[in-house]
Amino acid sequence: MRTLLRRLGFYLLAGFAAVTLNFFLARLLPGSALQNALAKLRGANLDPAAIRALEAQYGTGADHSLPSQYLTYLSGLLHGDLGLSTSQSAPVSSILGSTLPWTLGLVGTATALAFVVGTLAGIVVGWKRNGLLDGLLPAATFFQSVPYFILAFLVMMTLGYFGGFFPYQNGYDIGRHAHLTPGWNGPFVTSVIEHGTLPALTVVLASLAGWVIGMRNMMITTMDEDYVLVAAAKGLPQWRVAAVAARNAILPTISNFALSISLVVTGSLVTEIVFTYPGVGWQIYQAILTGDYPLLQGILLVVVFTVLAVNLVADLAYVALDPRARKEA
Amino acid sequence: MTGEPVLEVRDLCVDYGVGPGGVRAVTDATLTLRRGEVLGLAGESGSGKSTLAYAVTRLLRAPGVITGGEVRFHGPDGVLDLLEADAATLRRVRWDQISVVFQSAMHALNPVARIDAQLTDALRAHRARLGAAERRERAVELLRLVGIGEERLRSYPHELSGGMRQRVMIAMALALEPRVVIMDEPTTALDVVTQREILDELMQLKDRLGFAIVFITHDLSLLIELADTIAIMYAGRIVELADAQRLFHSPRHPYTLGLLNSFPALHGERVRMEGIPGSPPALTALPAGCAFHPRCPFALARCAHDVPRLTEPAEPAEPDGAPAARSAACWLHTGGEHVPAPLARVLGSTP
Amino acid sequence: MRALRSPKVLAGSALLLVLLLLAVVGPLIAPHSADWQADRTSGLPLAPSGRFWLGTDQQQHDLFSRLLTGGRDTLLISFLAGLFACALSVVVGVTAGFVGGLVDDLLSALANIFLALPGLLILMVIMKPLPPSETSDPLLIGSVIALTAWAWGARVLRAQTLALRAADYVEAARVIGERTWRIILFEVVPNLLPILASAFIFTVIYGIGTYTALAWLGVISPASVTWGTVLNEAQSSGAAVNGYWWWYLPPALAVALVGIALALVNFGIDEVINPRLTSARTGRARGVVFRLGLTPVLKSAAPGPAAAPSNPVPLKEAQP
Repeated sequence: MRTLLRRLGFYLLAGFAAVTLNFFLARLLPGSALQNALAKLRGANLDPAAIRALEAQYGTGADHSLPSQYLTYLSGLLHGDLGLSTSQSAPVSSILGSTLPWTLGLVGTATALAFVVGTLAGIVVGWKRNGLLDGLLPAATFFQSVPYFILAFLVMMTLGYFGGFFPYQNGYDIGRHAHLTPGWNGPFVTSVIEHGTLPALTVVLASLAGWVIGMRNMMITTMDEDYVLVAAAKGLPQWRVAAVAARNAILPTISNFALSISLVVTGSLVTEIVFTYPGVGWQIYQAILTGDYPLLQGILLVVVFTVLAVNLVADLAYVALDPRARKEA
Repeated sequence: MTGEPVLEVRDLCVDYGVGPGGVRAVTDATLTLRRGEVLGLAGESGSGKSTLAYAVTRLLRAPGVITGGEVRFHGPDGVLDLLEADAATLRRVRWDQISVVFQSAMHALNPVARIDAQLTDALRAHRARLGAAERRERAVELLRLVGIGEERLRSYPHELSGGMRQRVMIAMALALEPRVVIMDEPTTALDVVTQREILDELMQLKDRLGFAIVFITHDLSLLIELADTIAIMYAGRIVELADAQRLFHSPRHPYTLGLLNSFPALHGERVRMEGIPGSPPALTALPAGCAFHPRCPFALARCAHDVPRLTEPAEPAEPDGAPAARSAACWLHTGGEHVPAPLARVLGSTP
Repeated sequence: MRALRSPKVLAGSALLLVLLLLAVVGPLIAPHSADWQADRTSGLPLAPSGRFWLGTDQQQHDLFSRLLTGGRDTLLISFLAGLFACALSVVVGVTAGFVGGLVDDLLSALANIFLALPGLLILMVIMKPLPPSETSDPLLIGSVIALTAWAWGARVLRAQTLALRAADYVEAARVIGERTWRIILFEVVPNLLPILASAFIFTVIYGIGTYTALAWLGVISPASVTWGTVLNEAQSSGAAVNGYWWWYLPPALAVALVGIALALVNFGIDEVINPRLTSARTGRARGVVFRLGLTPVLKSAAPGPAAAPSNPVPLKEAQP
C-alpha cells in the first residue's frame, strides 16, 4: 500500500509541476515576444472583458501580484477553466471537449492495438528465436527510427494519394457530395473508420516495432532464468513453459509502456496534422498558425494529464501483476 | 550397492557451440546410476559436472550441443535412449521419472506464481485424471514431507526464507515420485546448519521413497559422506570413478588425491593441507595429453601427449578380491609404472 | 571490434557518412542557391524534369538545391541536441546512481517527470513566441531540444551506474581510498560508453524529428533553408492534397534515411551492450535448432583435439 501512495505522491507532484510550469512558461518568455502575441490578440475580435481575462491570465495588464495571479490560475483550473482561445473566441475547454474524443478514439485505439499485437508478436518471436525476426529487423528499424510525421507523410503518399485505398484527409467525408450527419449512424461511422485507418496505421506502424523488439528482448532475457528451465524440466507443455517466461517478461514491458507513452502521444498528435484529422493535434497546428497561446497551453496541460493518467494505470497494472511490488510496501 | 541400473551414460560428448568455434566441454563420459543410489559428481567449477548432468536430461542451454554417446534410461516401460527421444517423449519422462533440483531456489522458483501453483503444475501436466482437490491435497502432503506447513501454500517465493525455498524445490522435485533426482549443488547457497538439516531430510526421503540421486557439488567432503559412488571430473573428463569409501581412503588419480588433500579430515591423523598447484585449464586451451599433467606432481613423459582412458587400475590389486567397481584415467595405473605411495593405498590398510 | 563487421552496422555507418558529407558539402555542390527562383511569374510547382531533378515549389525554387542545402542545419542541430542531452544525462544519471540516497530520489523523480512531459509540445509553447533571430541560432535550439531529451539517457545510465557501483573493482577502488571523481571518471564512465553511445543515437533521432517537426509546423523559422522549412512550405500550400509529392517526399525521405542510418549503427552497439540477444543465433547458420529444454544432438560434429574417430554418421537433428 505504501508503494502505491508513494507513486500517487509522485503523480501529484508531477501534475503540480506541470501546472506550475505552464503558469510560468508564459511569464518566463521574453517580454517583447509576449507583448507581440498580446498585441495581436487585442487586434482580434474580442470583447474587452475577454481581453482583460487574458491579460490577467498572462499577468501583463493587471496589477495583481504574482502569487495572487497564480492562485487565480489554480482555482480556474480546478473549475475546468483553461482560459479563452483567442483565435476561436471560445473557451479552450469547450474546444478540447469537441476535439478530444477524436484524438482519444484514434490514438487510444491505435496505441492499444499496437501494444497488444506487438507484445504478443514479441512473445512469439522471442520464444521461437528463429529467423523470423532477422527478416523483420530492417523493416522494424525503419518504422522505429523514422519520426511519426515523416512516416505519416509516407503512408499518406503511398496508401492514400497513389494507392487510393483510404481517404487521407479529415475525420470523415466532408466533400461536396457527402450527406453525412455526425452521430451514431451507419454511414457516418463507416466514414469515420475509413478516415481513421491511415492515421491509425501510421501510429501502429511507428510504435509496433518498438513493442515487438522490446518484448522479444525481455523474453530472451527471461528465458535465461532458471525458473523457465524448471518449467521445461517439469515436462510442462510448450505453451505453458512459454507462458511462464511471458508472464515474467511482461512486467518490464509494462514499465516501458509507461515510459514511452508521452512520445507515442506526441507523435500521434503530430500525425493528426498530416492527415488533417479533426482532433487535438489539428488544434495544435491551428493554435500555432494563429498564435493562440491559451489554446496551446490548454492542450499541453491536457496532454500532460493524460500521459500521467496512463502512467498511473500502468503502475497499478504492474503492482497487480507483480507480487514483489506489493510486498515492498 | 548393486541394484539394477536406472540411468546409463555411455561415451557422452558435449560441445559448446557448433563448428570451428565449438569447444568440447564433456568428453566420453561413462557412468551408471543404480536404483536408490547416490552418485556424486565432483570437480572444480568448469570441470563439466553440471554440463554433464544437464546434457543427460537434454536441458542444457544453447549453445550446448550433444555430439555423441548415449543415455539409457530404464523406465517402467523399458529402456529409452534420451538422446534419441523426441520432444513429446522427453516431456513424458521429465519430472515423472527424472526431476531436477537447481542450485539456487531463489532463481528456480517462478517469482510471480504461488507455491501451490508451482507444486501442482507438474501434476496437472502428468496426472490428468487428478482433480483440483486431489492436487491440492498432494501439494499439502509434499510440503509436509519437507517440513513446511500448509499455510505456506498461498505464499510467493519471495516471502519464504532461503532454506524454505530450497525445501519447496525438493518437494517439487518429488511431486511425481521420480526414479531419478538430479541435484545441482542443491545446498551451496545455504548456511551450514540449514544445509545439514536439508541434507539429512533428503537422505531420509531417499531411503523412504527409493529414488536415486545424481548429486553435483564441488564439495568432495560432503559427497564422501552422502554418496555411494563418486565420479571426479577434470576438464570435461571423468578422471576417477569409485565407491565413496575407496575413493576417500585409496584414491588412484593424482587429481583426486589433490582434492582430498585440500580439506581437513575430521578424524584420523593431521595431514598437511596442500591443495593443488596451478589452476584448471580453460576449455578453449586444453593441454595436450592428460589435461591434468601440468599440475600433476607425478606426471610421466607420456602424460604430455597421450590421453589416458578411464580403466580399471592394474596396480595395486584390490585386497578384497572383489571385481573392483572402480576406474581411473591415469597412466600411472596402466601397469608397468611405479605407483607413488599415496596412490597405492589399499582399502582397509592404514594410509 | 566484432560488432563493426556486421553488414547492418557497415551499411548504417556508410549511409551516415554519405549523409554527413552531403550535409557539409551540399550547399557547395547544389546547382542553385537555396533562394534562387527560376521564374518569378509562375505560381505552379513543376514536376521533376531533366532541368529540375526534383522539380520546383510554388515560388519556383529548385527543390534539389533546397534538399542539398537543407541538411546542414538539420544535422548540425540534431547532433548538437544529442551531444548536450548526453552530457546532461551523464551528469544526472551518474550522480544519481553513484551518490544514491535522497539525491538519487530527487534526480530520478525529476527524470521521470521529464519523461512524462510531452517534449515537442513544451518546445512549441517555449519557442513559438521567440523572435526568428533566436530560433535560428543552432546552439540555442540544440540546447533547448536537449532539455527535453536527456531524461531517458539519464535513467538508463543511472541503472548501469548502480550496477557498476556494486562491482568489485569499484568497491576495491573505494576501499583503497581513491577519490570519488577519479573513480567516476576512470572506473565508471568508461564502462558506460556503449550505453552512452546508444543514448546519443536515440537522442539524435529524437532531435532530428523534433527539429524538423518544429520547422515544419512553423514554430520556428530558421534563417537558412532546412528540410523542415521545405516541409512547412509544402504543408501550407497544400502540397499533399494537390499531389505535389516531389515537394515534400524528398525532405521526408532524407529525415527518414538519417534515422535509419543511426538505427543501423545502433545495432552494432546493441551487440556490445547485450551480446546475449544475438548470440543465440550463432548456431543456426549451421542448421542446428536450439530450443529450450531440447538440447540438440549432433553425432557427427567432432571439434577439438579429442576428436572422435572418423566414422561419418549423418547429421542428425534433435527434432524429428
